[in-house]
Amino acid sequence: MYEFKYHRPATVRQAANLLVKNEDAKVIAGGHTLVPVMKQRLASPPHLVDLSHIEGLDTIEMKGRSLVIGATAKHASVATSPIVGEAIPALAELAGGIGDPAVRHKGTIGGSLANNDPTADYPAAVLALGATIVTNKRRLKAEEFFQGLFSTALENDEIITKVMFPLPKKAAYIKFRNQASRYALVGVFVAKRPSDVRVAVTGAGSDGVFRATAFEEALKKRFSHKVLDGVSASAEGLNSDLHGSAEYRAHLIGVLTRRAVEAATAK
Amino acid sequence: MAKISLIVNGNPVNANVDSRTLLVQFLRENLRLTGTHVGCDTSQCGACVVHLDGKAVKSCTTLAVMADGHEVRTIEGLAADGAPLHPMQEAFREHHGLQCGFCTPGMIMTAVDLVNRKGHDLSDHVIREELEGNLCRCTGYQNIVTSIAAGAKAMAKSA
Ligand SMILES: Cc1cc2nc3c(=O)[nH]c(=O)nc-3n(C[C@H](O)[C@H](O)[C@H](O)COP(=O)(O)OP(=O)(O)OC[C@H]3O[C@@H](n4cnc5c(N)ncnc54)[C@H](O)[C@@H]3O)c2cc1C
Ligand code: FES
Ligand code: FES
Repeated sequence: MYEFKYHRPATVRQAANLLVKNEDAKVIAGGHTLVPVMKQRLASPPHLVDLSHIEGLDTIEMKGRSLVIGATAKHASVATSPIVGEAIPALAELAGGIGDPAVRHKGTIGGSLANNDPTADYPAAVLALGATIVTNKRRLKAEEFFQGLFSTALENDEIITKVMFPLPKKAAYIKFRNQASRYALVGVFVAKRPSDVRVAVTGAGSDGVFRATAFEEALKKRFSHKVLDGVSASAEGLNSDLHGSAEYRAHLIGVLTRRAVEAATAK
Repeated sequence: MAKISLIVNGNPVNANVDSRTLLVQFLRENLRLTGTHVGCDTSQCGACVVHLDGKAVKSCTTLAVMADGHEVRTIEGLAADGAPLHPMQEAFREHHGLQCGFCTPGMIMTAVDLVNRKGHDLSDHVIREELEGNLCRCTGYQNIVTSIAAGAKAMAKSA
């Protein structure tokens, strides 16, 4: 790891000022992506701005018809929050399935989204539920936020402050884990929303999280796994690596979507 | 360099550290608390698990500066020198929950955190799921699971 100066701001405004003042500064939240990456010297920010001591940035609450989760809310807090469990149980389950207990005690929703790892879990929920990502500067819709492999619409001095999830009618997330890393080999989040149905897929796309529109169209007619007979995902644009071929991942998208719809309708 | 003050195993500690120092390095090299191990250094194996403000974390993936102002407990802090072992340690001894012992400090700190979160009556299934982030190259896990189930029950009695 290269040397850096550590900062611990008390407010988002102070954090943002530090980012503006110090070129190439980076924020750190749980550090469970950034610290490993810095150890490998794949990142070498000269300044680290720690968000984890900003009061109120990890609040979880209902605001009107939306579930609002603060950026530094840890995976373990989302997994065990009665508010999340009541509002969107699929989201609590997703958070409870990230990594292992120690990872869940440190990793945050904001860090996961800002990182936009193509195999991360939260991006699937954010895209399927049609969440809004709120930063210190603006509000971004999920579709505008994710911009491909490890990239997002965030500017260098932009900080995610919270994520707003509109409540779905039904939702479920099914993850097929890579047996070694426990990340998603493929994960499918299905949400029946008041106006439409969304199916978001993580782990499979070579460009990161995406919506499986063929499945969405079929499910719009009737929200039942039975309408999915004959619907399949194309292997084009999917990852092929030592963990699984593109064809295998395409197959998994079909299987997991069916299971997710079944799980959502059983709830 | 950065000045940090934290509580380690109940004792206040002040130090001047290079900001890149990992919490595990700080514990082992500055404080000579070598019970916390480094197995992988890549966040996978759990040999480095300690409690930060009462919760299990991987100290190889936590910067010492991030622990400034917080409370850390390591395997050395579970039972005082010369005192009887902590019930979870005793259960590992009794049920042969270790062979080489390299993974054991992390296993025990993870197990105590698990009991704090999920109580004293733990099924084998729950224990195995919760050991997701702790690897053991010796035991095949069976006796670790037995030890944790017994240790959890023993902790109820001693509480
Ligand atoms: C062993 C292990 C297993 C894991 N398994 C999974 C898994 O199964 N599924 C999964 O989804 N993830 C998994 N993860 C990743 C984990 O969820 C990370 O914690 C998470 O992706 C990053 O969150 P963080 O708070 O640790 O971010 P950090 O590491 O602190 O930051 C990550 C990046 O996001 C930026 N950032 C952080 N917060 C903000 C913010 N509020 N605004 C703007 N930018 C910000 C940082 O600058 C950095 O570039 C795993 C990690 C480990 C170590
Ligand atoms: S040394 Fe920290 S997880 Fe292996
Ligand atoms: S006892 Fe040797 S690694 Fe677990």
